[in-house]
Amino acid sequence: MNNIRAKTVFQNYLFVLPAVLLFSVFYIYPFYKVFTLSLCQWDGIARFDFAKNFIGMRNFIELFQDKIWWSAMLQAGYITLIALTFQNALALMLALACDRDIKGGNIYRVIFYLPPVLSEVVVGLVWRWIYDGNYGLLNHWLYQAGLSNLVTDWLSNPKTALTCVAIIHCWKGFGWGFIIFLAGLQTIPRQLYEAAKVDGASSWQLFKNITIPLMIPVFILVSILTVLGTMQVFVLILSMTGGGPGYHTEVPVTRILESMVGSSRFGYACSQGILFGAVLLAVSFIQIKLSKYMKQA
Amino acid sequence: MKYKIERFFKDGLIHVFLIAASLTCLFPLFWMIGSSLKTQQTIFSDMSMFPKNPEWGNFYAAWTKGGFGMYFLNSLFYTVTVVFGIVIISSLAAFAFSRLKFPGKNVIFYMFLGAMMIPLPGSFVPLYVLMTKLHLINTRIGYILCMINVGLPFSIYLLKTFFDKMPVELEDAARIDGCSKLGIWRNMALPLARPAIAVIVIFNSLNVWNEYILATLIFSNKSLMPLQRGLMIFHGIHITDYSLLMAGMTITTLPIILVYLIMQRHIIKGITVGAIVA
Repeated sequence: MNNIRAKTVFQNYLFVLPAVLLFSVFYIYPFYKVFTLSLCQWDGIARFDFAKNFIGMRNFIELFQDKIWWSAMLQAGYITLIALTFQNALALMLALACDRDIKGGNIYRVIFYLPPVLSEVVVGLVWRWIYDGNYGLLNHWLYQAGLSNLVTDWLSNPKTALTCVAIIHCWKGFGWGFIIFLAGLQTIPRQLYEAAKVDGASSWQLFKNITIPLMIPVFILVSILTVLGTMQVFVLILSMTGGGPGYHTEVPVTRILESMVGSSRFGYACSQGILFGAVLLAVSFIQIKLSKYMKQA
Repeated sequence: MKYKIERFFKDGLIHVFLIAASLTCLFPLFWMIGSSLKTQQTIFSDMSMFPKNPEWGNFYAAWTKGGFGMYFLNSLFYTVTVVFGIVIISSLAAFAFSRLKFPGKNVIFYMFLGAMMIPLPGSFVPLYVLMTKLHLINTRIGYILCMINVGLPFSIYLLKTFFDKMPVELEDAARIDGCSKLGIWRNMALPLARPAIAVIVIFNSLNVWNEYILATLIFSNKSLMPLQRGLMIFHGIHITDYSLLMAGMTITTLPIILVYLIMQRHIIKGITVGAIVA
């Protein structure tokens, strides 16, 4: 009897074995490795010997004084701020517009989700061509419109590059927010609006007293996911500016990549990853706490 | 009457707003396709959306000389194998998490869930180290295994919630008929889970097709590279050859757009589910 049970349990393990095996090798092991490497100095080529390469917290101490790293952090924060405000406001307005029974609502929905399904490489390279200082369409249009004083080399100008990248990030992302907002809006029972209308509420009052309170969980969800997603943006940056001009569009993940590929400092790259991951966890934790507090208020 | 007129104008304004947003979404795509049909001489001067004499030869040149044919086949191969692997492995695991009993089940399941929630930026650094150690750098199998792993947590979660809703009576009936566990998975669970599998297939296909960073770190041999990597290489070498670049980008993008248009219902369902998971 016992034997049969052991056999079934063993059989059951076989079902999860491939998944667990892959996951252990390609997720858990790297996860553990990141922590050990972050305490070492290692170029990625020489034989790795923990005792020999161990340098304690020196990577982290250096990282805290790394000015480029912190400006990369700030720049990612800037893009995130624009995504949180501009992108999400646009997404919400479009969702509100589509939530009324409007003709062709489904077509709009299909079109708005088109940019999110494109690859960041393609999006970045198309916009790079449109923004191009010499032959780009944007400057061509500015000349045509008689606004030649606005013409600039958009992605090579330190003053405009970061904002240009941020706008394209929003362009790529707003359709995603739109879909989630729309799904949220559609769960609000219509009877609530009807009842309030009978009582003589204006559209603004409907929005303020029904839509907003019922949508708060959705707002929280979207804002947390926007922060997590936008802070970690980097392929778009690689394909649009490569971090330049200077370091003006560098973000944390491009710095990690640079430490690893550019200067072969694997240990430093791992310490950057850990610090950044911790910051992201802390930010989402604060957001969740804050939203709980707001819900009670 | 007054209400109707008001509603007409309001709807009109809303449509103007929606159409403007739609045009911004579509315009860069049209510009990309239009530019891919211009010649190397006209691309810098011809600012029309679609050129009068489209140069279809660009596509041929991009496919052969630009290497996009090779990249395309590579991308196709990776997408098909990875998605196939994800569906088999994740459905086996999800079936076990939902239906079978074994010690440590919940712990293992929460491990997968945790992987979806803990942000691990720069995980490509240790992954690269690991791949070098296992001699999987610059191999197709290395990339495929990595990408299967990337898709597992979400797919397992989605399928488990689906299997949880499956009636137990069906399973009991199958078991009485002498069906083995593997048989139940194959003949009952998989066919019933078709809607969830559709979402998994589409999401992971888009994800693999658009993946860039692991492909960059793993492949140094051009003949193994997928499209996204190929585009960046082409852009790096032929920085001014914009018409061929745009043709290559059109080759990269059209399959995605087609799949999206055919499957958009499943995709939109998937995003909503994905958000709820998070």
